[in-house]
Amino acid sequence: MPRVSVEVDGVRYDDDVEPRLLLAHHLRDRLGKVGTPIGCDTSNCGACTVLMDGLSVKSCSVLAVQADGHEITTIEGLGDGRTLHPMQRAFHEEHALQCGYCTPGMIMASLDLRRENADPSDEEIRAGLEGNLCRCTGYQNIVRAVRRAADDMRRSDQAEEAHR
Amino acid sequence: MIPAIFDYVRPSSLSDAVAALREADEEGKVIAGGQSLLPLLRLRLAYPEVLVDVSGLPELRGVRDDGDSLLIGAMTTHYEVIRDPLIQAHAPLLAAATATVADPAVRHRGTIGGSLAHADPAGDLPAVALAMDGVFVTSAREIPARDFFTDYLTSALEPDEILLGVRLPKAYTGWGFHYEKFHRTAQAWAVVGVACLVRRTNGEVAEARVGLTNMGPTPVRAYAVETAVADGPASRQAFQAAAQDAPDGTSPPSDLHGSAEYRRHLAQVLTARALAAAAGA
Ligand SMILES: Cc1cc2nc3c(=O)[nH]c(=O)nc-3n(C[C@H](O)[C@H](O)[C@H](O)COP(=O)(O)OP(=O)(O)OC[C@H]3O[C@@H](n4cnc5c(N)ncnc54)[C@H](O)[C@@H]3O)c2cc1C
Ligand code: FES
Ligand code: FES
Repeated sequence: MPRVSVEVDGVRYDDDVEPRLLLAHHLRDRLGKVGTPIGCDTSNCGACTVLMDGLSVKSCSVLAVQADGHEITTIEGLGDGRTLHPMQRAFHEEHALQCGYCTPGMIMASLDLRRENADPSDEEIRAGLEGNLCRCTGYQNIVRAVRRAADDMRRSDQAEEAHR
Repeated sequence: MIPAIFDYVRPSSLSDAVAALREADEEGKVIAGGQSLLPLLRLRLAYPEVLVDVSGLPELRGVRDDGDSLLIGAMTTHYEVIRDPLIQAHAPLLAAATATVADPAVRHRGTIGGSLAHADPAGDLPAVALAMDGVFVTSAREIPARDFFTDYLTSALEPDEILLGVRLPKAYTGWGFHYEKFHRTAQAWAVVGVACLVRRTNGEVAEARVGLTNMGPTPVRAYAVETAVADGPASRQAFQAAAQDAPDGTSPPSDLHGSAEYRRHLAQVLTARALAAAAGA
């Protein structure tokens, strides 16, 4: 079996895996990173979205062997257990979830969107999240949460800049 | 679902990759970004015995200026294509069509080579390669776009042949361009798509290229439309009249997204729109 070395949320893991093992299953079943759910069999729903070397990917559509040598960030790598990441906080405060199944993927995709666009319009947020399906919220609150998080993150970036 | 068992190799040289495919004796499959292949494996619609990962082959990387053409490496991701300065300068139609493919996460992994080799008639990039008279550079030969797409999900590639990249002529630099895609929901495949290039001289259309997505088992060129608009006025009326010929010689599918009849109608409407947008009319 091929040996795979991935860094997940800052910790390196070396494992022998079957080639057919999906990254999503590797994360959940082998590494215990169950914060990343699986919502479909067709690569459509985006619930499983994680960052690979900083770019969003659907972890159900990457083989663990393809992730060899790469860095993965999951929803579990964002907060420290006490304080929430600004994107998580905004989802909480804007009621951007009901059942929460889509939320980890939504948040990771939203971070990817913010990486390229620090001040996204509603339309840009909707386009950036087109690969993530939510069956509960109707999306309105999700868009509002992403806009609020982007505003918060921009403000704290500016404050940090002024401090320096 | 979990895919059926397969072996996996990631060769670092082209000759090793071709040898691995040859050894697999038609039971091998190339994997690039995996964004079409992995869903097929998960649904157990494909059962390859060996996956040959081509991501480690330097020959498939990068976008190169080759004088009168661009050579776009097969492993160039959709995300890279959209942002590449050479592609923006000489093949903005490709960048525009690629921006409509799937969603950001799929575009981070999916590659131009995979999209073309997959030969899905609903894929957005085959019609662009056809409209631009691209040339497919493989481990064995060069194949003109019109000979590359042979049937539904079928290309001229042999089981042991690897696509290195696609060569797009610079002849269309500066032409007006537009990709008109009709789909009902976000992140959806084209019901019909139209890839269009127009060269204008003093208010007239000098010549045009039109490629159609999902109007048959392979992408098709709307030659009748190209002839009808050449050396004519760049007006919406002229484009509408010419676009009536768009479905000529096509055999669109009937499926849950629309009937063949509906697609023929869409092809006319979308071709008129694409011509107008490309010509700035
Ligand atoms: C949710 C979703 C939505 C999508 N929507 C769209 C859309 O709207 N429009 C669109 O055009 N596409 C769409 N796609 C498909 C997407 O564009 C894929 O990225 C692309 O079709 C395949 O590229 P890949 O690199 O992932 O190829 P892979 O999945 O790795 O391979 C696809 C096929 O090509 C072969 N292949 C790959 N590379 C080579 C090579 N170098 N030489 C020889 N053979 C090769 C493989 O053997 C396989 O048969 C969508 C995909 C998903 C999952
Ligand atoms: S579980 Fe990955 S896209 Fe649905
Ligand atoms: S909150 Fe239930 S799927 Fe989005």
